[in-house]
Amino acid sequence: MAVMTETAAAVPVVQVPKRRSPYPASFFLPAAVIYGVLFLLPTFASLYFSLTRWTLFNSTFIGLDNFAQFLREPFLIKGLINTVLYAVITSGLKVVLGLLLAVLLTSQIAARGYLRSVVFFPVLVSTVGVGITFTILMHPTQGMINEALAVIGIKGPGWLVNPSLALFSVALVDVWKGVGLATVIYIAGIVAIPKDYYEAARIDGSTKWQSFLYVTLPLCRPATVTVILLSFIGGLRTFDLIWAMTRGGPGFASDTVASVIYKQYQAGFYGLSTAGNVVLFILIAVLVVPLTMLLNRREGHE
Amino acid sequence: MSFVRNYWLSAVAIVVSAVVFLIPFSFIILMAFKDKTQAQLLDFSWPQGMHLWSNIVEVVTTRNWMLLTAFINSTILTVASVTLVVILSAMVGFVLQRRKTKFNGLIEFLILAGLMLPPAVVPTIWLLQGLGLFGKLHGLVLIEVAYSLPFSILLYRAFIATIPRELDEAAIIDGARPFDVFFRIVLPLLWPVTVTNIVVQSVAIFNDFTNPLYYLPGNANATVQLTLYNFQSQFSTSYNLLFTNIALITIPPLIVFLFFNRQIVAGMTAGAVKG
Amino acid sequence: MTKTTRRTALTGFAAGLLALTALTGASFAQSTTLTYLIPSGADGVAVAEELVKSFEAANPDINIEIETRPGGSEGDNLVKTRLATSSMADVFRYNSGSLFQAINPQQFLVDLTNEPWQADVQDSFKQVVTASDGTVRGAPMGAAMGGGIYYNKAIYAELGLTVPKTWAEFMANNEKIKAAGKVAVVQTYGDTWTSQLFVLADYYNVSAAEPDFAANYTAGTAKFATDKVAQRGFDKLQETFDAGYFNEDFGAAKYDDGLRMVASGEGAHYPMLTFATTAIVASYPDLIDNVGFFAQPGDDAAKNGLTVWMPDGIYIPNTTSNLDAAKKFVAYVASVEGCEAQTRAGGASGPYLINGCTLPADVPPAVTDMLPYFADGGQNGPALEFLSPIKGPALEQITVEVGSGIRPAADGAALYDEDVRKQAQQLGLPGW
Repeated sequence: MAVMTETAAAVPVVQVPKRRSPYPASFFLPAAVIYGVLFLLPTFASLYFSLTRWTLFNSTFIGLDNFAQFLREPFLIKGLINTVLYAVITSGLKVVLGLLLAVLLTSQIAARGYLRSVVFFPVLVSTVGVGITFTILMHPTQGMINEALAVIGIKGPGWLVNPSLALFSVALVDVWKGVGLATVIYIAGIVAIPKDYYEAARIDGSTKWQSFLYVTLPLCRPATVTVILLSFIGGLRTFDLIWAMTRGGPGFASDTVASVIYKQYQAGFYGLSTAGNVVLFILIAVLVVPLTMLLNRREGHE
Repeated sequence: MSFVRNYWLSAVAIVVSAVVFLIPFSFIILMAFKDKTQAQLLDFSWPQGMHLWSNIVEVVTTRNWMLLTAFINSTILTVASVTLVVILSAMVGFVLQRRKTKFNGLIEFLILAGLMLPPAVVPTIWLLQGLGLFGKLHGLVLIEVAYSLPFSILLYRAFIATIPRELDEAAIIDGARPFDVFFRIVLPLLWPVTVTNIVVQSVAIFNDFTNPLYYLPGNANATVQLTLYNFQSQFSTSYNLLFTNIALITIPPLIVFLFFNRQIVAGMTAGAVKG
Repeated sequence: MTKTTRRTALTGFAAGLLALTALTGASFAQSTTLTYLIPSGADGVAVAEELVKSFEAANPDINIEIETRPGGSEGDNLVKTRLATSSMADVFRYNSGSLFQAINPQQFLVDLTNEPWQADVQDSFKQVVTASDGTVRGAPMGAAMGGGIYYNKAIYAELGLTVPKTWAEFMANNEKIKAAGKVAVVQTYGDTWTSQLFVLADYYNVSAAEPDFAANYTAGTAKFATDKVAQRGFDKLQETFDAGYFNEDFGAAKYDDGLRMVASGEGAHYPMLTFATTAIVASYPDLIDNVGFFAQPGDDAAKNGLTVWMPDGIYIPNTTSNLDAAKKFVAYVASVEGCEAQTRAGGASGPYLINGCTLPADVPPAVTDMLPYFADGGQNGPALEFLSPIKGPALEQITVEVGSGIRPAADGAALYDEDVRKQAQQLGLPGW
């Protein structure tokens, strides 16, 4: 066995001067090559274009004009507020509902297989389909939701046509579509918790609520971290569902930073939209990097 | 007592899930049963007449059986990309979580950047053309791998923390090579996460629209989401066919999910992960 | 369970392989294969398929593969990307006018000025596919369109109304329709692009009053917010909203709803481009005789005229490796047989721009109503997007706001001027 290890070390994959680490950096290599060449390289190269007026066919260097223009966009402030609201609402609801559903679906409950499938099914359906479906269900006069409300004597609001409500309606649909993903990640986390812990807790006489609080919750932290990060970043960047349902409207009422950038890109303002992406990137980094540091530090604590 | 409470809980869960989830699905299914004129009304109504079969035939045969070509392309794309992503990202996540070096911060930032920054389409096409990968299915596989790595790495990095370090250290002391430690000991323990990851990534890649549109032009290269555009345009949409198509292309990811969902359940009951 | 799944998958796979071999077999049987890129959508594809079928029958040595792309601004991006990366199809269909100018025709498209068939293409179309060096780079694909107002003839007959020649008459008609308990004006902001019609279709009236507007607008000296005549389009939208003429669900209704409402009499007027006629024929063939059309009225009955949209063009990128075959196909589309193939597949929605092309005798009334504006003594003029390269991308959001009472017309016009400024800067026009 020792001989075999020697020969493996002789293969010149990575130069290892000292004692070989059991966690070799060569494990990074294939992923790093693909990711570096096909994503990082073109993406960072394109940042140059944020300093140009770019038609895709040619580019003129204009310094920081694009950034000045982007920051002067008439709906940028509203877009910023909408973006943060949207990300907080969707990621918050996905964490809470995802955890509750996962606990429910890992407990001894009837029709568990059916419930899991049904909760996850929206993740499988294309955004276009979900967008059209809910636009129809949320129709102010003929939509099913408002017709159902009318039966119990409530006049339903214009979910997507009322400027102050549109963003929240889309956020709810986003949660509907995405909560299955959060639930599955949580289920994977809960399943990974060794049964002995619950056993020990039960022997110590703790109630179901206590074992949730002191066993499940702390031990599925990795799942929580993942769900928070992914849904928060996803929420900050999202535009496809907003685009499918309201196109940022009515007017500009449900615009987020990402949908503003997307519209600029669609309009052919390629330099401007690249500058917008830089701004959005900085915004996300400012919010997410401290968040990850916080989450990671507490992880190291335990 | 506990039995009674679970009974009520189950009943409530089933009713709520039916209202919240089944009604919207049933809308999609109902649309697939309607004819064009009724579907155009876009209301939640019972189909007049049974048009499902003629809708399916029309959707499948449109544009020289484009949907079948698309199913084949998307399947190859999905299987190849997901396999690569799962293996490569688990390797990165493993080392990233286990080995603390001063580069970890930078690596993590670059990974997060992949979640935060949208890819730059035109420079990527230039690059693919330079590499001779533009318009090739394997070129798109590599693109999908690159774009899915960050999510997948973060997922693994988080969950590898739940596997006790002593386990791989013991194996190392026994003289196992890092390669074996990872593939024989760590990866099997990550099965629930891997299953989750496979499901999530296959759904995302199978349903990807933008990347095939730009990096893999041409009818022979169509993928499933592109077929939706056969029935939907800026000015006219055949909603019955559109929803039939949506329902049809949802079936393969549904099968993947149902299959792997049982795997998660199996993992639970067998207590596959032991501390 | 798993076994059946596997078997089904295998069957599907085998069927797919068969289909694939069939496809490749077909393409090898011919000597030249062209690719033809068009925007998606059932009617456009049907027209393209008919054109290809009859062209292939006349040219058995050429085989054409139709490829589709998304429409709208997503499609604009795809076309630009494929041109910029030299991966464009051999022939493609794309807008004429300002969008045509934005794809750098001089740099990317084959010069078609000296093709023999250009002699039969009307000058009005040649102008909108002419690059800045004066060369013609495209051929017309489709028929000319008008922007104006569809109306329900049954409601007009029932209430004894006549087709309005001025805006005041139009509003008077609306008042009577509303008094009769009907929806006077249909709006469909569920498809935001439909909200722009009152503004865009008013352009004939602007140009009749101020012939220099387009030139001054391009130069940056005429603005919607400061030019009272140009601002009228926004005002008209606000007036109809303020008067409460719209259908109750105007914020959520879609384009298809609008067509149904004006055809069935659920609504009396629907401002739209006349390409909608073929869609009404396809969806509501029994109701088509109820639908008429008139130009958006201005303030002077003597100057009543129609704002006209030119059809798309078809173009050949200079990266094609099959130039001769591509030219043959373009020549076919620009011929009388080409027009006939289009009419066969999609019906007639308006006059073609090829000399010698005629419309069938039994066209729908909405088309008949449109023809006098094109006949001798009729008045028409191109929409602003064919006279100036600048069209602000946010117009449809702004008109939704004005048409929903969120923003007053004057504010909307000022916001649109801001939007236009960005576009002009992007184009690098002088004076901005």
